[in-house]
This record gives sequence, C-alpha cells and structure tokens, in this order.
Amino acid sequence: MSNSKAQLGVYVHWPYCARICPYCDFNVYRTRDIDAGRWRAALIRDLEYWRARTGPRRLASLYFGGGTPSLASIEVVEGVIDACERLWGFENGPEITLEANPTDAARSRFQAFARAGVNRLSLGVQSFDDAALAFLGRDHDGAAARRAVEAALSSFPRASFDLIYALPDQTEDAWRAALRAALRTGVRHLSLYQLTIEPGTAFERAVARGRWRPPDDGLAAALYDIAQEETAAAGLAAYEISNHAAPGEESRHNLLYWRYQDYVGVGPGAHGRLRADGRRIAVEIRPHPEDYLAAVEREGCGAASVEALDAEAVLIERLSMGLRLAEGVILDAEDLAALGPRAARLDALAREGLVARDGARLAATAEGRRLLDALLARILA
Amino acid sequence: MRQPARHCRLARPPLYPAAMTPLKNIRNFSIIAHIDHGKSTLADRIIQLTGGLTDREMKEQVLDSMELERERGITIKANTVRLNYRAADGETYVLNLIDTPGHVDFTYEVSRSLSACEGALLVVDASQGVEAQTLANVYQAIDVDLEIVPVLNKIDLPAAEPERVKAQIEDVIGLDASDAIEISAKTGLGVDKVLEAIVRRLPPPEGDPNAPLKALLVDSWYDPYLGVVVLVRIVDGVLRKGARIRMLGAKASYTVDQVGVSTPKKTPVDALGPGEIGYLTASIKEVADTHVGDTITEERRPCGTPLPGFKPSQPVVFCGMFPVDAADFEDLREAMAKLRLNDASFHYEMETSAALGFGFRCGFLGLLHLEIIRERLEREFGLDIITTAPSVIYRVHLTDGSMKELHNPADMPDMVRVSHLEEPWIKATIMTPDDHLGAILKLCEERRGVQQELTYAGSRAMLVYELPLNEVVFDFYDRLKSVSKGYASFDYQLLDYREGDLVKMQILVNEEPVDALSIIVHRSKAESRGRAMCEKLKELIPRHMFKIPIQAAIGGRVIARETISALRKDVTAKCYGGDVTRKRKLLEKQKEGKKKMRQFGRVEIPQEAFIKALKMDR
Repeated sequence: MSNSKAQLGVYVHWPYCARICPYCDFNVYRTRDIDAGRWRAALIRDLEYWRARTGPRRLASLYFGGGTPSLASIEVVEGVIDACERLWGFENGPEITLEANPTDAARSRFQAFARAGVNRLSLGVQSFDDAALAFLGRDHDGAAARRAVEAALSSFPRASFDLIYALPDQTEDAWRAALRAALRTGVRHLSLYQLTIEPGTAFERAVARGRWRPPDDGLAAALYDIAQEETAAAGLAAYEISNHAAPGEESRHNLLYWRYQDYVGVGPGAHGRLRADGRRIAVEIRPHPEDYLAAVEREGCGAASVEALDAEAVLIERLSMGLRLAEGVILDAEDLAALGPRAARLDALAREGLVARDGARLAATAEGRRLLDALLARILA
Repeated sequence: MRQPARHCRLARPPLYPAAMTPLKNIRNFSIIAHIDHGKSTLADRIIQLTGGLTDREMKEQVLDSMELERERGITIKANTVRLNYRAADGETYVLNLIDTPGHVDFTYEVSRSLSACEGALLVVDASQGVEAQTLANVYQAIDVDLEIVPVLNKIDLPAAEPERVKAQIEDVIGLDASDAIEISAKTGLGVDKVLEAIVRRLPPPEGDPNAPLKALLVDSWYDPYLGVVVLVRIVDGVLRKGARIRMLGAKASYTVDQVGVSTPKKTPVDALGPGEIGYLTASIKEVADTHVGDTITEERRPCGTPLPGFKPSQPVVFCGMFPVDAADFEDLREAMAKLRLNDASFHYEMETSAALGFGFRCGFLGLLHLEIIRERLEREFGLDIITTAPSVIYRVHLTDGSMKELHNPADMPDMVRVSHLEEPWIKATIMTPDDHLGAILKLCEERRGVQQELTYAGSRAMLVYELPLNEVVFDFYDRLKSVSKGYASFDYQLLDYREGDLVKMQILVNEEPVDALSIIVHRSKAESRGRAMCEKLKELIPRHMFKIPIQAAIGGRVIARETISALRKDVTAKCYGGDVTRKRKLLEKQKEGKKKMRQFGRVEIPQEAFIKALKMDR
C-alpha cells in the first residue's frame, strides 16, 4: 500500500469519566476540575505537531473516544474539529464520531455536538435492562437509554450503540430478546461485546474473590452465534467480530484500524500508526492526563514513544486487525515475505475450515473468527 | 563456564620445601556426618584452629567449594586439606582431612575417600541422632577398618540429648560411645579436644619409604590452569617431581610435572612420602585417562601387587535431556562434555525423540546427581533443557534367549519377542522418628516394598526394605520427606535384578503415542499410574481449537482416558486503534512461549508436562 492510497483518520482520546465502570480497563480517570481551554489548546497543539509529520493529506475520519467525550465541553470538540479542517481538511463526506453515554444530561447536548460538526454518535448503552445496568455499574437506566437512542437517531445522520453480553446468568433466550429489542429501535449499526474480565478491573477482583463467575466459553459461543443470527436476519450482518451494520453503515473510522490504514492519535494514551520514509511507525501518547498536558505545553508533542515497526511486527498487526473483518485482508508481497514458511500453515487451516483464501485475499471463516486469538497464534506464533 | 573456586592459582611459595613427614606424625581422617549435622562447620573450625588459612582467606565452609554444593550443603568431589597441628605432647602433626560426600547417590565416592584414611570422625547431631546416611557411611568405614571417634555436635542446643544419642550410637551402630566428644562446632566449644583425639586416638599410617612407589589414585579433576589434577595417597615409596610414573590399571606412563599439597590452596612440594596425601600433575590430557582407584607406581621400579582398587561407578538412573530450543543442541553437547571432564560417573549419548527432537540419554549415580547436573547445565551454561522421566536399567530377556539392557522405555522391543523382564532391586534403610512410621510403611508397601527389618532405638525406628529401584527413582525421596515432615532419612544400595511383571505403558495424545512419556511400570500399577498421568496431562496441556483425547495404553489396549474439550470461543471482544499494540505484544510473547512448547501432531505440549505428568501427588 502506497502513501497516496492510504486513508488517514484522527483519534482524540478524552480520558475522563463521571465514574469508572467495573469492567473497563481503558485509560480513564475520574472527572476532576477540567480546564477546557487548556485541553483545547493542548489537543490542537498536538494535532499541529502531527500535521507537520503527515504532510498535507485529507482526513477521512475524526473520532472522539474515551473515557466519556460527551462530558467534554463543546468548546473542546468544536476546537478540535475546526483545527482538523484547518490543518488537513476533510475528504468529501467525512465521518466525525463522538462516543456518548446515554444519560439525560448527555442527551441534552446532542444538538450542540451536531452543530459543532459531529455526524455520527456512538452510544454506550450496554443494556436496556435496569438490573444488568446496575450490575455493570452504569449511571443510566433502561428508560434513559431508550430516550438517548431515540434522540441520537433523530439528531445525527448516523448512530450506533453498544451492548454487552455474557453477563453472569444471562440466558440465550434473554439475549435473543434483548437483541431483537435493540434492532427494533431502527439503529443501523451495533457493537456487541462479550463481557470479558480484564486485569486490574473491579470485576477481576470480584471474580478472583469468587463473587460471581462469567459464563463458560461454551455459553459465550452460543450467545455469540445468536448475535450473528439475529443481526444478519435484521440486515445488520457482522462486518467485524463485534460490529454489525447495514450495508454502507460500517464505522469508517474503525475500518481504518482494521484495514491498517494511517491514523493520528492525540489525547492521553492514544495510539497512532503512520507511514514515514517507507516505514510503519507506532506512536503511543503519554497516558496520564497531567503528564500529557505538561508534555504538549513543554515540547509541543504528547508522544511517549515513536517506534518503527519491522516487517514481522507489521505482519502481526495487519493480520490481527484484518482477520477481524469478514472481508479479511489482502496479503501483499511484503506480507508473504514476512510470513515466510508460515504461509504453509494457511493451507492446513483452510482445510480445517478456519480460514478461506480467494486469490490474495485471506479471511477467517465464521468459525475462525470466533476462535481468532487461537487462530492468530497458530498462524503467527 | 564458572569455575569451581577450588581451582585457584598458585599464590605462595612452597610451605613444605622438604616434605616427607615421619609416619608417626601423620594422621589421615574423614568426617562422616548426615547433611546438616555440622560436618562443614567442624571442618571450618579445625582449619581455623590449625591456621590453615588466614582469617582473610577463611571462607565459610571452604571444603564445599562448588556453588551448588554450597547451596545444598553437600560435597561431591573429594577435597582434601593438609593442616599442621602442634599437639599437647609438643610435637607437630600433619593432619590430612579428606572430605566425603554425604548423599546417598555418592556412596561410591565415600568409599574411595575412606580408603585413603586411617580414621574417621563420626559427627552426630546431639538432638537429631543417627540418620540412615550416617549409618551407611559408618558401616563403610568399619568395613575398611578405620578407627572411629564419635563426636556429638550441637551440644549447646536446648534440644540436645547427648546421653540418648550415645546410647543410640551403641545400639544401632555398635560403637563404644563412652568416649564421644561433646562439641559445638558453631561456637568452637570442644573442637580442641577433637584435634587431640585425632592425634591420640587415630592410628598413624604405615608404609615403607624405601619400597617402590605405590600410591592410590583417590580422585581426579580438570583444572583450567593445571590441567588434570590427580589426588593421591602414598602407600609406600616416594613420589617426586620429575619422576616417571606408571598407572597400572590405565597402563599409561607420565612424567610428574608437579607434586603438591592442598592447604587448601594448592602448594607445590618436592616429594610426598608414605602416608601422605597430595596431588600431582603430569600433562594428563583428560580426566577419563585417570581411573579412580588405580595404583600409581614408578616406571623403572614398579611395585609388586597393585592396590585392590574400586569397582568403577555405574550409573543407575537414566533420563533424556533435550534442549528447549533445538538450536541449542550443539551448546548442550559442549556443556555435557565439559561436565563429563570432571565427572566420570556422568554418562551421555545422543538420543532422538519424536516428541522432543535431538538430545541426549544421560546416566547418573542417582536422582540428586541428575538434579545437580541439570542445574549446572542451566546455571553455568545458561541452557534451557527438558528432562524426561527418570528410568532405571531393565534387563529384557528375549524369546531367542538373548538379553538386552534397556535404558530408555522408548526402545522397548515388541512384546511378542520378549520372554520376560528383570528390574533392579535395592536394599533401602530408612531411619525415622516412630510417629511417622505408619506413613512410611504405607509408602514402602505402595512401592512394592518387602520389609526385611524393623527395629527401634529409643523413639527412632530403623526400617530395612527391599524395593524395586523403579519405584524409588522418581519421587520416593520427596514423598518420604513429605510423609515424615522431613525427619526420615534414607539410604540404599543396589541388591540384584529380579523378574517382574512389567509392561510398557504408552501415552497417546490426540491418538499419537508420545515417546517421551512412555514408562515401564509394574502391571499392578499400570492402571492407576495411567489414570493419574492422563488427569495430569489434561491439566497441563492447554485447550486447543479441537478436542484432544489423552489415553494411556498397554500394547493396543487403552487403560485410561481423558479428553481436553475444544475451545469454543477465543477472541478479543474489543480491538481498536490502541489495542493493536497490546495484541502484537501478546503474539510476540506467544511466539517466545512457543519455544517452550513441543509440537506433537497438531497438539502443543508444554515442556513442563513431560516431567510433571509423572509426579504422583497422592
């Protein structure tokens, strides 16, 4: 892939949340006194730095993730959008996404975000069931979630929401019913995540103490299969492990990641991938908010590390990301060279029905995607 | 390779320019003691009191110089130290202390050290009493007619019971303990009395300085500066620098480059006379050229009859050792060659395993010996190795009347050609406080033991059992320690070969036999062993994308089975722009981890499974 054809996106990480969810292992911090002006200035300054490194290109996408970016002031969101327009300029019909919590407070600001230029909203609904939401430590209830979904669908040209499944005691029937209710909202994009127990989270400690147990992988697999069936029946087939969309409604920003395109990351803990002098570079931004602000103000850049990736690292990343997609990846000459004798493993995996090859295209089958982590280890390790 | 500290450079001018001490002023002795009963501490005190080393040079436990030996408190090679002692009678004596290994695996080394002495100190912990190992070594000393001085150590401890332990020494060993010396090697209390007893109670050596040279080759090792160093005990005649010597057994002649004594620093002398202990170097290329127990004499004037010598030590325990990373094979070969330089009892030859690739079949004197070699390979040579289950040598009698020795269960001939099998049996002596007796009897019975003796001395019991060695090699010692809370001690000697109803049990993983997991087992034990191994492997082998049957089979008959269920779902739920780094690092780690896995068909078996599968927890 040459520079000219690669798409470019910008990810902005807003690290603050009103509360920390017990399952979340993202780079998040409890909201404190936030100096919006300082944040706006720092994020813009960081963007200027990266503009100098990417050179003149157009942006296909801008994404505000977090944390809870719907808690950020309009001033920050607007400032970043304007800066992106000024520094790079957007391609025709860019995607500008903001993640939001489905609280009434956030809902009251949807119009303002839309006016600032956000054209896609991603709502962290997680569930419409009050008991499940309480278990997940969320600060909204089912009714607020329904109101937020409705408002998002009417306020933005495109919207999506997340659901979490494989909660303890969740039955297959209950999950099927929840999915059907979600699809009846008319949403055109859904992210369906299995609840996983991550290191360092409150849930990890609870499970370690034996308070409750996540379902075994047999039930998790059944729930995953139900998600595939129900979304496909509603015309929102999976285009990625956990993402489902009507044709054309896929998240263009997230596709940049999975297709291993270029992206600039700003804000604490954000990551970037860029091409520079024919090499792939991986950027990691300082994770702690105060460190980040101080570094940008001092040095004009918030990066903690900028690392050139070798061919093997690029291969691992490309396959790890690309095989998540139903469409798979195109293996180019460089990939095949990096793969070396391991390419023979693909034939064996194809015979086992875990991958499918069509010319240069390699894709994991439905079965292969459900076991993707083990599959990647078999291809690459 | 880190060198043992013993191999130090020559630092000082000779201390004994004209050696050859009068016979009556020489005392050669060993210290016999159970591990932790204070042998090394006493040796340190004796060296300190006689000024063998300055304080600055005094290292704790100088005799145990190899790192591993120090850590485990055991001695493998015979070390000597020559000390000058001015006794109460006003005369100066030369004391030669020859250290002996204290572990069951090295009984052979003990016997050769004892053969170079006229006496021994029997050190017994005054609170613990006599242990099995002590017993075995004392009997060896009595067999070679050594004078034995009992010493009760740790007399300062509140738990010390000198009278009870003296009675035990008399009851169990049959030695007069009325003159036992009560000491504390730690505080130094009574150590002076030990020195006096060495001079007064141990006999001086005998020998004729004018007879042709006759010397015992006690041990030899490789020193990077001096080459092969030979430890000798002069019986008759004189060993001089520059002399032409002949090794009678090895049928080789050499010119002596250097003669010396260990103080414990290597110190050259002009000559060694009868009764003396010292070393020689003679441009000998390899340790293997020197036979322990050989007789050394003069080339021009050989002695009449050679010394009785020793039987060469034979490995009794075998296992496979394979590099974790196949690329390390040559490094492993070199490391083994280096270890073999100083340890003629360690044997190895190349082996190929379908499961583990290229490696070596190795022979050891016992399990501790195996463990020491394994640790040295890992620590000193930085190698990661997989060790397969220890095995003994079976005698396979074929239907055509021939017999072959089987060192590796994987080499078992087809059973239709086998008439019967024989396995080695041992005589095991176990000493234990009597409250653990029940558990130990049960353990011995489980291991097909046949009780020979059960006697009491005070609250301690002495058990003698005949046991098949294959029931002992793997984890008997660990189990014994565990059921007796560490109080039981154990020693054994090989008895004979006996016919046994033995079968080869194979383990099949995903329908394929894994050669490295095959074991020879008594038929009565096969099913329970097989079940235990299958259960263990089920825990040790990670789940795969397909289900994996694990079976134990004798011939074609499956006797136990477990199944590892297939993974149903294994995929990271969220993977976006920042997660790719984490995912990559995880895969890079998996690539590293894969080096520690063995691919068997489609199944990856972690290397630890090869050893853990055979451990029995019950």
